[in-house]
Amino acid sequence: MINLLLFPVLIPFLTAMILMFFPKRVSAQRTVTVIGMIASVISSAILLYTVMRDGVQAVTLGSWPAPFGITMVSDPLSAGLVLTSNLITLAIVFYSFRSIGAGREKHFYYPAMMFMLTGVNGAFTTGDIFNLFVFFEVLLMASYVLIVLGGEKRQLRESIKYILVNIVSSAFFVTTVAMLYSVTGTLNMADIAAKVSEIGQSGILTVIAVMLILVFGLKGAIFPLYFWLPSSYAAPPVPVLALFGALLTKVGVYAIMRTVTLLFPHDPGFTHEMLMILSILTVVAGCIGALAYFDLKQIVIYNIIIAVGVILFGVSQMNMAGLEGAVFYLIHDMFIKAGLFMLIGVIIAITGTSNLREMGGLLKTYPALAWTWLVAAFGLAGIPPLSGFFGKLLITQGAFEAGNLWGGIIILASSLIVLLSVIRIFIHAFWGEPKPVKGTSKQIYRGLFVPAALITALTVFYGVGTEWLRPVMFDAAEILHQPSIYIDAVLKE
Amino acid sequence: MSVIIGFLFMAAVYLILSRSLIRVVIGTGLLSHGAHLLILTMGGFSGSAPPVLEDSVTDFVDPLPQALILTAIVISFGVTAVFLVMAYRAYQELETDNMTLLKGNDEHD
Repeated sequence: MINLLLFPVLIPFLTAMILMFFPKRVSAQRTVTVIGMIASVISSAILLYTVMRDGVQAVTLGSWPAPFGITMVSDPLSAGLVLTSNLITLAIVFYSFRSIGAGREKHFYYPAMMFMLTGVNGAFTTGDIFNLFVFFEVLLMASYVLIVLGGEKRQLRESIKYILVNIVSSAFFVTTVAMLYSVTGTLNMADIAAKVSEIGQSGILTVIAVMLILVFGLKGAIFPLYFWLPSSYAAPPVPVLALFGALLTKVGVYAIMRTVTLLFPHDPGFTHEMLMILSILTVVAGCIGALAYFDLKQIVIYNIIIAVGVILFGVSQMNMAGLEGAVFYLIHDMFIKAGLFMLIGVIIAITGTSNLREMGGLLKTYPALAWTWLVAAFGLAGIPPLSGFFGKLLITQGAFEAGNLWGGIIILASSLIVLLSVIRIFIHAFWGEPKPVKGTSKQIYRGLFVPAALITALTVFYGVGTEWLRPVMFDAAEILHQPSIYIDAVLKE
Repeated sequence: MSVIIGFLFMAAVYLILSRSLIRVVIGTGLLSHGAHLLILTMGGFSGSAPPVLEDSVTDFVDPLPQALILTAIVISFGVTAVFLVMAYRAYQELETDNMTLLKGNDEHD
């Protein structure tokens, strides 16, 4: 019973509240945001350390006994994800200084970012399914602000659709929670898991499981439900895009992981088979999109969809290797997507366009940017020492162990297409004859490039330092594989 | 009760699929009403019994669904307000409330 795991939720929340008192003073906004973020990063690092040392941590608000109060739970998976989100948000805060513009900074850009982080961290930490809904709403509400902030025509047009899709999926979520409550009589995730394994997963529970996958799939962009994502994400400016691409879909993916491993693991022939087929289709659809566009933003946005498919494919294998690979790949993907979006932001700032056909020859003028992009691109595709490799290796191993030979092969083949799609950016943007570009001042270039390069360096470390990170991933996967550890930690306080 | 919920969902789907933006917003409002009534029904609907937990009271309903509905109502209230404001801004900026004219097109992409 410790309160430590509430800090990554509360610190951004309090920071946002403080920030709302003086919206017009930009430098004060920046300072307070950075202080709050650093505090949040430190507390989540301590949290991860504590969780690794002492096992799963749980706290029930108001000291109610476990299944009745709202429980917050930190296992290595959620603590790792919380730390990752905090690090990425910190980098994007620095990135925003030079790119978001004073207009947005004066109109609650930083508070919205902090509220979104509150929602994301809360959704990763909570152990109560209705509370998960509430945190989803917190992060969605902040994301509505971020996506429409600035009020350009295009943003307004896309944000209407974004909000509509999310309201419908929230209504589905409430409906599903109501049904789940009427069947199991509890909202605590550990308690639901225990009750489901007691009474057996009957037909209605499988229906609820599918509905949950539908709800989270709509947020996490799996195959038939990803249609809203590419155009909505392309509308807001690049820092917001990086934040959304790195964090928002991953919350949906995390929720699906919990659903199929903790709550409803008893009917793999139906739910997991369905998830596997959907994830393969997601990968294929993402590959088609990533190759079809000549727009920087769209190419990387479709790569989000591919990654979601790869992670969920790993989850649907339900063996140690697949789950560990999925956890590995999930955190890798959050870092690398943030890095890639920040780098395309630099490219767009230099060239003044996101159309690949109108750029070229940046290698001569901006060599550091070019090589950083190449490293990030190789990391994304999973060239061995870099970060994407180990996750994909484990996922494929899991697929072969589970006998899903073709699925594993498709995942491997998708890496080639991912590589092709990002190398196309390298070829078109960096090789060839230099074209006249809008250019940008040295100061802005440095302000944008340094955070992007730092995140890319982190992904390199993540790949090279696999050996040190392995225990965290292993513990996370073990808890996913054996939900009884999680259930005991919550209920046997 | 379930008929009412079904009817609300039906009306919501009809409104959300219509072209006018304001009808879509009202549709989402109805959708959340349907979901809230569903929570109430799912928690066991037992007439006028009060949601209290005391030793002497034997006839009570589960208080939890009502707490959930309260939370969900507040959230949907906020979301609807945001959506309405945004719909109005979109109407001002884009000079249309017709959803078919709000499709993405190539000149912007």
